[in-house]
Amino acid sequence: MKVRAQIGMVLNLDKCIGCHTCSITCKNVWTSREGVEYAWFNNVESKPGIGYPKDWENQERWKGGWIRKKNGKLQPKAGSKWRILANIFANPDLPEIDDFYEPYTFEYEWLQKAPELQAQPSAKPRSMVTGQALTKIEWSGNWEDDLSGEFSKRSVDYNFSGIEKEIYGQFEQTFLMYLPRLCEHCLNPSCVASCPSGAIYKREEDGIVLIDQDKCRGWRMCVSGCPYKKIYYNWSSGKSEKCIFCYPRIEAGMPTVCSETCVGRIRYLGVMLYDADRIEEAAAVENEKDLYEAQRSIFLDPNDPEVRAQARRDEVPEAWLEAAKNSPVYKMAMEWDVAFPLHPEYRTLPMVWYIPPLSPIQSAAEAGKISTNNGMPDVKSLRIPMRYLANMLTAGDEAPVATALERMLAMRAYMRAKSVDGVTDNSIPESVGLDAQTIEEMYRYMALAAYEDRYVIPTNHREKNENTYHLRGNIGFGFTEPHNGRTKNKDVFGGPKKMPRKPFTDSP
Amino acid sequence: MHDFINYLLFGWYPYVALTIMILGSIIRFDKGQYGWRSQSSQFLRRKQMMWGSNLFHLGILVLLFGHFVGLLTPIGVFDALGISHSFKQWMALSVGGIAGILGFIGCTLLLHRRLYYPRIRKSSSKGDILVLLFLWLQLLLGIATIFWTIDHMDGSAMVLFMGWAQGVVTFNPEAANLIIDAHLVYKLHIILGLTLLAITPFTRLVHVFSAPFAYVLRPGYQIVRSRRLARRTNTPPPSSAPSSVPSRES
Repeated sequence: MKVRAQIGMVLNLDKCIGCHTCSITCKNVWTSREGVEYAWFNNVESKPGIGYPKDWENQERWKGGWIRKKNGKLQPKAGSKWRILANIFANPDLPEIDDFYEPYTFEYEWLQKAPELQAQPSAKPRSMVTGQALTKIEWSGNWEDDLSGEFSKRSVDYNFSGIEKEIYGQFEQTFLMYLPRLCEHCLNPSCVASCPSGAIYKREEDGIVLIDQDKCRGWRMCVSGCPYKKIYYNWSSGKSEKCIFCYPRIEAGMPTVCSETCVGRIRYLGVMLYDADRIEEAAAVENEKDLYEAQRSIFLDPNDPEVRAQARRDEVPEAWLEAAKNSPVYKMAMEWDVAFPLHPEYRTLPMVWYIPPLSPIQSAAEAGKISTNNGMPDVKSLRIPMRYLANMLTAGDEAPVATALERMLAMRAYMRAKSVDGVTDNSIPESVGLDAQTIEEMYRYMALAAYEDRYVIPTNHREKNENTYHLRGNIGFGFTEPHNGRTKNKDVFGGPKKMPRKPFTDSP
Repeated sequence: MHDFINYLLFGWYPYVALTIMILGSIIRFDKGQYGWRSQSSQFLRRKQMMWGSNLFHLGILVLLFGHFVGLLTPIGVFDALGISHSFKQWMALSVGGIAGILGFIGCTLLLHRRLYYPRIRKSSSKGDILVLLFLWLQLLLGIATIFWTIDHMDGSAMVLFMGWAQGVVTFNPEAANLIIDAHLVYKLHIILGLTLLAITPFTRLVHVFSAPFAYVLRPGYQIVRSRRLARRTNTPPPSSAPSSVPSRES
């Protein structure tokens, strides 16, 4: 056993209202730069839909994630190392910018500058890549917002596999859910595995996966290698970039920007202890449906004295062990069984988990007829097909998703009985395999969701791991080093590119 | 005058170009690697990339390897192996010719998309376009030499060029005189080739030095960076702390 700690995240989709605040705040902080205008480290998708980039879940097309070979070993779906190297001159699986969208802005300045005209001046869209006027905007980061567009196009959604999807195109049967997505900071990241330069790495102390911008050579294998399509090629700097899990904030004990600003309070951050020696074994189980349980099996109980002793030997800081005891992520994923990994079948062991959303019952007319248990509707009668959620969260295994939804319904029924009727009905928690105390704790974390309960983040003890003597002078006034994307100074070695003047745009 | 210019171009310029390439690349690598990349434009336009880039790189790598081996292997080695000059000339012509034409087709495709496709044109630096233009011209010149080479398939001119290249790397001042009578097209090819070496540190060409062969040697797939390991491998500060101060870790 080798104990490592990671800050994991859980998103409670039941409470996501699709407001995109997480995306916008992330954008403002991290990707409002040239070359990554199209990139959203965090984005919110309306499901069903093909998502961003288009059709990202279809790994037959993009070859992201891992496959299990006949001998039981894992290999990137794109192929062996030699195969990946052979594709280095032109990566056949690489998405194009149009699979995301061509970033644009509008000629706002023209509205003020225009001379007297016969018609009102209008702000034409302009490409932020070429600066040219765009005649028609065909696609954007969230083109399918709130089920916009035709069902025939949206229904290409990979999660419909095994479902007769036609009926969900009917107005009465349709359903909608939001899926906020960011880098999964996987335990078995396939981006790291497919980087020929070795520039991508996982941090031992908190599990954050980062791209070393100095080591990246722009071979762009990670872009196709990541099954979540959460690595973005900066076309200006020629380097790949990704969500950094706001590591400067995490190190200081603060939640990521997307979590901090979430108005629905749907995000949770907490320490997960796991057995690093068993990662490969867990990711390589034969049956895809076992991957969810396999990943759970390598998470370690922070209250187990043996685990704690080993963690100390592996130099996990004491504060992290304490935080692990109070981790909301551990509670949701391991104690209440309500959170699930996104697409475990990619075999990357993702560390951003999701609580599936409840949905209205299928049809109001049927409301009286459906089977209820303690006033709770049968989860099978919920509007979002169980199979759809299972395809997304458990590689198609419906049972765990059903249990989670039943527990959430039970929590509502129990608390309604308690606070409205003044009745404490212990049979409700028992019917879903929990006790009243646990249900009330679930209510505290999931419904009330206080800041201190949502974010249990120990600070990073860098002072223990770094010798400040060696660090002195490392960071200071960077007069010559090109900074992210753009500086005014150009040196003989090229440095940042001189970009064309883009008329009438309000951004670089 | 002709002698002097010849000496300048083929006796001096190779050292200038090689020095700039080697020193410049080292300085650039040391100074900052954020700008050290292949600067692929595939993300902006996939079309013409699959054929263009693969043909170009394949051709150019065969040519680079061929030039190295062909020019720098002492002629005595070929003689000892029983490879006649005319056979070597014939091999160089056919392999180089095929690789050259494939590379040229690829380079033309790449140059076309770079110049005529607005997304790539607008995001290209002057260096990006210059490099591609130079390479295109260089391939064209290289292919053009076939026309003159066919006239002397005995390998006599080839041996002179080998002598010059080996003279340059062995610091022989007489090397430049060996090729003083070579046809202008060969000379232009050499000068442009040396110029390409000289501009390498200032352009995207540096990505050649980063060919990631180490990838296949990487044990397993994953990379985990540990601060603990970094700390352990750190040497203690030169002015070591007095021994009375207890160490942090006990």
